[in-house]
Amino acid sequence: MKFTKTLAAAAAMGLALAGAAQAESHGGDPVKAGFIYIGPVGDLGWTYQHDQGRQAIEAEFGDMVETSYVEGVPEGADAERVMSQMARSGVDIIFTTSFGYMDPTLNVAEGFPDVAFEHATGYKRAENVSTYSARFYEGRYVIGEIAGAMTETNKIGYIASFPIPEVVRGINAAYLAAKSVNPDVEFKVVWVYTWFDPGKEADAANALIEQGVDVIMQHTDSPAAMTIAEEKGVYAFGQATDMSNFGPNAQLTAIIDNWAPYYVERVGAVMNDTWESTDTWDGISEGMVGFAPLSDKMPADVAARAEATIAAIAAGEMHPFTGPINKQDGSVWLADGEVADDGTLAGMSFYVEGIEGELPN
Amino acid sequence: MDFSSLDPVAMMVLLIGAATPIMLAALGELVVEKSGVLNLGVEGMMIIGAVCGFIVAVNTDSPMLGLLGAAVGGAVVSMLFAFLTQYLLSNQVATGLALTLFGLGLAALMGSSYNGIRPPRMARLDIGGLSDLPVVGKLFFSHDPVIYGSVALVFAVWFFLNRTRAGLVLRACGENHDAAHSLGYNVQLIRFGAIMFGGACAGLGGAYVSLVRVPQWTEGMTAGVGWIALAIVVFAAWKPWRVILGAYMFGGLTILQLSLQALGIHISGAYLSMTPYIVTIVVLVIMSADRKKASLNAPACLGKSFHASH
Repeated sequence: MKFTKTLAAAAAMGLALAGAAQAESHGGDPVKAGFIYIGPVGDLGWTYQHDQGRQAIEAEFGDMVETSYVEGVPEGADAERVMSQMARSGVDIIFTTSFGYMDPTLNVAEGFPDVAFEHATGYKRAENVSTYSARFYEGRYVIGEIAGAMTETNKIGYIASFPIPEVVRGINAAYLAAKSVNPDVEFKVVWVYTWFDPGKEADAANALIEQGVDVIMQHTDSPAAMTIAEEKGVYAFGQATDMSNFGPNAQLTAIIDNWAPYYVERVGAVMNDTWESTDTWDGISEGMVGFAPLSDKMPADVAARAEATIAAIAAGEMHPFTGPINKQDGSVWLADGEVADDGTLAGMSFYVEGIEGELPN
Repeated sequence: MDFSSLDPVAMMVLLIGAATPIMLAALGELVVEKSGVLNLGVEGMMIIGAVCGFIVAVNTDSPMLGLLGAAVGGAVVSMLFAFLTQYLLSNQVATGLALTLFGLGLAALMGSSYNGIRPPRMARLDIGGLSDLPVVGKLFFSHDPVIYGSVALVFAVWFFLNRTRAGLVLRACGENHDAAHSLGYNVQLIRFGAIMFGGACAGLGGAYVSLVRVPQWTEGMTAGVGWIALAIVVFAAWKPWRVILGAYMFGGLTILQLSLQALGIHISGAYLSMTPYIVTIVVLVIMSADRKKASLNAPACLGKSFHASH
């Protein structure tokens, strides 16, 4: 008797809660936005910038929005668990901020058709899954140009994470730009197979510097390489955020991921019930890719050329991947004047001609 | 492939830097295990040491005080483990694992306001004439004090364990704690001391990562190095001088993989990362294949809780 009473009470409570959750539509109740981060917010790199975007949402919408985040979520089964939990707790839009969250996002999205999902840097969509990314390769092109001009040993080091198209695009864009201002330049690429491991990134930076590199670029998330560059007196570029307080003398500039405008727009869409699945790939012109102030260690002509390139890309007058460009094996990829299309770029898995070394798979 | 730019001396220097934190943690854990306690919380103690060392160094502007703070931090956290396993007789394996998770979380909490700060630099040894010698200079005379300290520690631990009475008593606790107890030695107190030493060493190792090798503080920065230290104690068959070998091998393989890539040689990173663990397994198999040899290596009471029966 007692047991059935308790059971009935629990069931009633459960229904009431569910009812309350249902009632939280976007009428007047705050929209809930959730974020899944691959690293810690304190990484002062990739995740830090996403969190800046999250804070921008709060600043913009105030009481009309409630944000939450879970940091350091490994890609894979754990990610699915965290996402499901978030969706079940009544979150309206979930931002999953790493490439490896792609399949988990799609799996969870299937089970929660009323929740909007935004997957960063992925390429699979669904009715309630959008993808978004920034044209980082535009930023890489600019820094490649600067690096090619600033290197004295003609060796530029690149700390790469995983051989996915986004990383390969970055390497290719930077190389093409560096080569265009300095035909003798050589790229040394080290694959560390992690997005965030300060110790390993520091070791990679040291290994590259020992091999004679004097400019370092990275596609990993911590300022470790910048710290080592500062210590060893070489140049480096900040990744995802301004890393100049780690490298006041070392940082030439930084590519800054500016997610705030996009995030504000998407949460606004959820509020107005106008959200739908889209694929966004914005670059310099839309303000998603920004730059830290150019260091005054750069000669005036290098800085001026960098500014001009940024303006040209922003205006759409120039595309980093404009032919003639050959693939590493010598075959022709882009004819003279031909511009690469988004599809090829999104699936890029080859080096361009001139980069030495094999691309791991 | 450009072998002309291969600089073995530079690689060795990097290797030594990468191996030192592992070596320090492994030495501490060796002493702990020799006393009969299996402390799996090395990773937790290392990262607490990393954050404590960082906080102290930044606030006092002295890297040396930072290292001291790290050792104290590691020792304090290990005291928790010691209390739980020696006085409350909890399971050592489970408590050690809990210590790791606890240490990781506590360190993240403590360090949350220290992201983005640069610690004071540690000076490297620079003896005018000696440090400028072509190969020997860089290899032997240009390191920071912690590296010299860690090598000295290996000898100190060896001397203590094998040539002093106190070391003999400690080993006795590890081999047969009932016998040691019946001889009148306070087994719990001795193990407590050993655990604190282990914590201090692990803390030092962690601080080396956050103050010298990287150097900055970020959450989770030890990235699993504590587990490698545990593997090295086994690889070294509980002999101090073999800890150097093991640590340099592990550290060396990480650096080798990166340097080879920078050179343009492509051995899949997966193979190189696997090798230290495969070697450890092979060593374990060899050690346990010969029954007589095996019995001389692991402390007989490793992992067993001591409870005085009277």
